[in-house]
Amino acid sequence: MAGSRGRGRTQFSFSVDALGFGRGDSLPSTAHTPSPLFPPMQFRPVPLHAGEEVDYMLALKQELRASSKNLPFHIKAARTKTDVARYSDKYQNGEPKNNCIEWSPDWSRMPKELCIKVRKPRKTVIGAKPQLTRKPKVAAGKEEVLQKLETLEKREEEQHSEEEEDEEKKKQNEEEEEPDADEEYDEEEIEDETDYIMSYFDNGEDFGADSDDNMDEAVY
Amino acid sequence: MTAQEVRLCGLLLQEHFGDVVEKVGTHLIRSGVLTLRALAHETKLPLDLVKKSLCVLMQHGMCAFGAGRRGPAGPVEYHIICERILHMLRYPRYIYTAKSLYGDTGELIVEEILQRGQMTMSSTVKTVADRLTHNMPEGQSMDYSEVVSAFSRLVETHFLQRCPPLASAESSSSGEVNTPLPAVTKHTEPEDHPECYKLPYINLTGQGKRRRSSEDGEAEQRAAKKAKTDNSERGDEGIYWQVNFQRFHLHFRDQAIINAVSCKLDQTSGEIVRTMLRMSEVTTSAHAAFTQALSANEIFRALPSSYNIARPILDQYLTLLVDDPMEFVGKTGDSGGGMYVVNLHRALANLARATLESVVQERFGSRSARIFRLLLRKRHLEQKQVEDFAMVPAKEAKDMLYTLLSENLVQLQEIPKTPDYAPSRTFYLYTVNQLPTARLLLQRCYKTVGNLIERRLYETKENKRLLEKSQRIEAILASLQATGAEAEQLTEVEEMITAPERQQLESLRHHINKLDSSENQVDETIFLLESYINSTQAPR
Repeated sequence: MAGSRGRGRTQFSFSVDALGFGRGDSLPSTAHTPSPLFPPMQFRPVPLHAGEEVDYMLALKQELRASSKNLPFHIKAARTKTDVARYSDKYQNGEPKNNCIEWSPDWSRMPKELCIKVRKPRKTVIGAKPQLTRKPKVAAGKEEVLQKLETLEKREEEQHSEEEEDEEKKKQNEEEEEPDADEEYDEEEIEDETDYIMSYFDNGEDFGADSDDNMDEAVY
Repeated sequence: MTAQEVRLCGLLLQEHFGDVVEKVGTHLIRSGVLTLRALAHETKLPLDLVKKSLCVLMQHGMCAFGAGRRGPAGPVEYHIICERILHMLRYPRYIYTAKSLYGDTGELIVEEILQRGQMTMSSTVKTVADRLTHNMPEGQSMDYSEVVSAFSRLVETHFLQRCPPLASAESSSSGEVNTPLPAVTKHTEPEDHPECYKLPYINLTGQGKRRRSSEDGEAEQRAAKKAKTDNSERGDEGIYWQVNFQRFHLHFRDQAIINAVSCKLDQTSGEIVRTMLRMSEVTTSAHAAFTQALSANEIFRALPSSYNIARPILDQYLTLLVDDPMEFVGKTGDSGGGMYVVNLHRALANLARATLESVVQERFGSRSARIFRLLLRKRHLEQKQVEDFAMVPAKEAKDMLYTLLSENLVQLQEIPKTPDYAPSRTFYLYTVNQLPTARLLLQRCYKTVGNLIERRLYETKENKRLLEKSQRIEAILASLQATGAEAEQLTEVEEMITAPERQQLESLRHHINKLDSSENQVDETIFLLESYINSTQAPR
C-alpha cells in the first residue's frame, strides 16, 4: 500500500471547492442526541384517494373484521378457573373448552394427529323429555322400586361424570327426530332438569369485570 | 421471512383469528418447519389449542403439512405459507372485483369462500342464497339456480379453483391406516390437477330460506328436515373450492396496465390495450413476459362495437403505443397488418419505476426526484456530472445526494484507478438499482401497514369504554324502536351520550376510517411492487 506515496504531490480526484464548503467555513455541528423520534416533515403527504370505490372497500374491510370475530375460526383460550370448583359450573355454558373444536373440518384432508372432538353448537335441549323416556318405567312393587331407584342413582352419577358425551348423543338422537323444534325454547329457561333459569347460576364473576375507572355513574 | 413480514403476519392473524392462532402462527413462521409436539412445547400452549390453531390455518390454506425429515414413518411437519397470510390484507379488493364483474351474487360467493377458507359448492350455494334472500323484500327468495350459474361463471373464468387433493396416489398396499403424506419439498400447484376447474354434478334445487322469527316454526321445521335429508344426496362431498388468488392478481395487473395507458395517452388507447389483453387471457400463461402476438386485423375485429374507429386510426393508435417510452405494446412482425404484443414484464417494471420516482418526489421534493430519475436513466454518474445534468447547484445537489444515500435509495460505486483504494485515485459513482430499491420499498410498505394496524388498535383500546357505551345505547335504541317506543323515550336514550362524547366518538370514527383506508391504499403499492419483484424471478 506504500505505492506511490511521496513520489509526487498528492493529487485528489476531486477539487476542494467541489466538496461543498470553502476553506474557512465551519463544518456542520456534531449531533449530541439521537435524531428525534418524529422529526418534523418537510413535505406533507398526499391526501388519500376518495370516491365510491374506496368507501365501499373501506366498509367491506370493517365488516370483514367484525364478522371474523364471530366465526368459529376465532379461537379463544378457555379461561383457567383459579377458584374453587362450584356447583354452578355445571350450568355454565358457552365458554369455549380447549379440547373441542367448534366447527367440523374435513378430517380426511388433515393429518390424523390433529383430530379433536367436534363440539356441535350447543342446541338447547329439552332436557326433561328424553330423560323421561330413557328412565325405566317405575314398576310396581317396593323392591323393584328400590332397585330402580338405585339404578337411577348410578345412572345419574354416570351421567354427571360423562355429561358431555351424553349430551352429544342426545343431541344426535334429537337431531334425527326433531331438528328445529328446540330452537324455539328460550335457552335461558330449560336446561338439564333444573327448575331454575340459567341466570340463577350466575356466580357473579362477570359483574364489574368491565373496567370501573372513570365511571361517572355510581354503582349500586 | 423478513422481520417486517413476520410482524405484519402476526398482526393480521391476531385480527382475524385471535391471540392463540397468532402465537402459533408467528412461532411457526420464525422456526420454519416444526412437528406438532415441538410446536406445543416451544409455544407452551396446551396441545389442544395448538391443534385447533393448526386446523384453522390449514382450513384457510395458510399452513401445509408434509412428511418430515424422518420420512413417511416419522412425525408430520408443518410450515406456514406466508404470502397467503399477507393476502388477507387484500380481501376487500378481491370481493370488490368479484362484485364489479359478477354482481352481488358473485360478491357474496367470493366473500363466503374467503372467510371460510374452503367450501363445497353446495354449501356455498345454500349460504349465499340464504343471505341474498334475507336482503330481498318479503315474499321473494333467491333461486339456487342463479347462484349456481354465478358460481359456474366464476369457475369458468378460473377465479375459483378446486383445492388440490392430498397426494395419496402412491398409497402403499400394506394396509397402512394413514394416507401417505407428500414430501415437504414437492410443491404441488393446484393447477397440476387436471380437474382443477371441473364443476361437479350436483343435484341442487330449491330456494334460499329466509330466517324467520319463531312464529313460523312449523314451516321451518319441515323445511329444515327436508334439507337434512337432502344432505346425503348432494353428490359433491370432498370437493372443496378455494379462491384462485393468482387469477385475481393477473386481473389486477391487467387493470393497472390499462389505467396507466389511459392516464398517459387517452381512453381509446386504454380500450385497445384492454381488448388485446382480453383476447390473450386464455392463451397467456401466468408468468409470461408478453402476451401472444395479435395481428392488427384481429384487434380491429375484436374491438367493442361502441368504439367504431376507422382502421387507419387504429393503426395510428397502435404505432403511438409502440413508440411510447413506457413500452407497453411492442411490434413483433408485419404480417396481418402488424403483429403486436403487450409487454407485461416491462410494463410492470415501468410501473414499479414510476412508483419509486413518485415516492422520492413526495418525500424529498421534486429536485431530488429529478436527480433520482437521472440516475435511473443514466445508471452511473459522478458527483460533478449529477450537478451538471440535473441543473442543480453544487451544494444542494450534494445535500440531496447524501440524503438519498443515507436513506439507501442511492448507492455509491467505487471504481479504483490503482490497486490500493486510495480515495484520491478512485472514482465514486452514484447509481440506483431498481430491483433492490423496490425490495427496500416493499419492506417499508410492510412496516407501514404494521404501524397503521398498531395505531388503529391503540386508538380502539384508548376509547374502549366510550365505544362500548355507544354500542350499548345503540342496542337499547334498536330494541326500543322494534317494540315501538315514543319519540320522547328515544331522545331520552340518545341524550345519554353527552355532546363532547359524541364529538369524541365522531373523531375516533374518522381516524379509524382514515387508518383503514390508508391500509387499503398501501396495499395497492404492495401489490405493484410484489408483482414486479415476482416477475423478475425465474418461474419455479
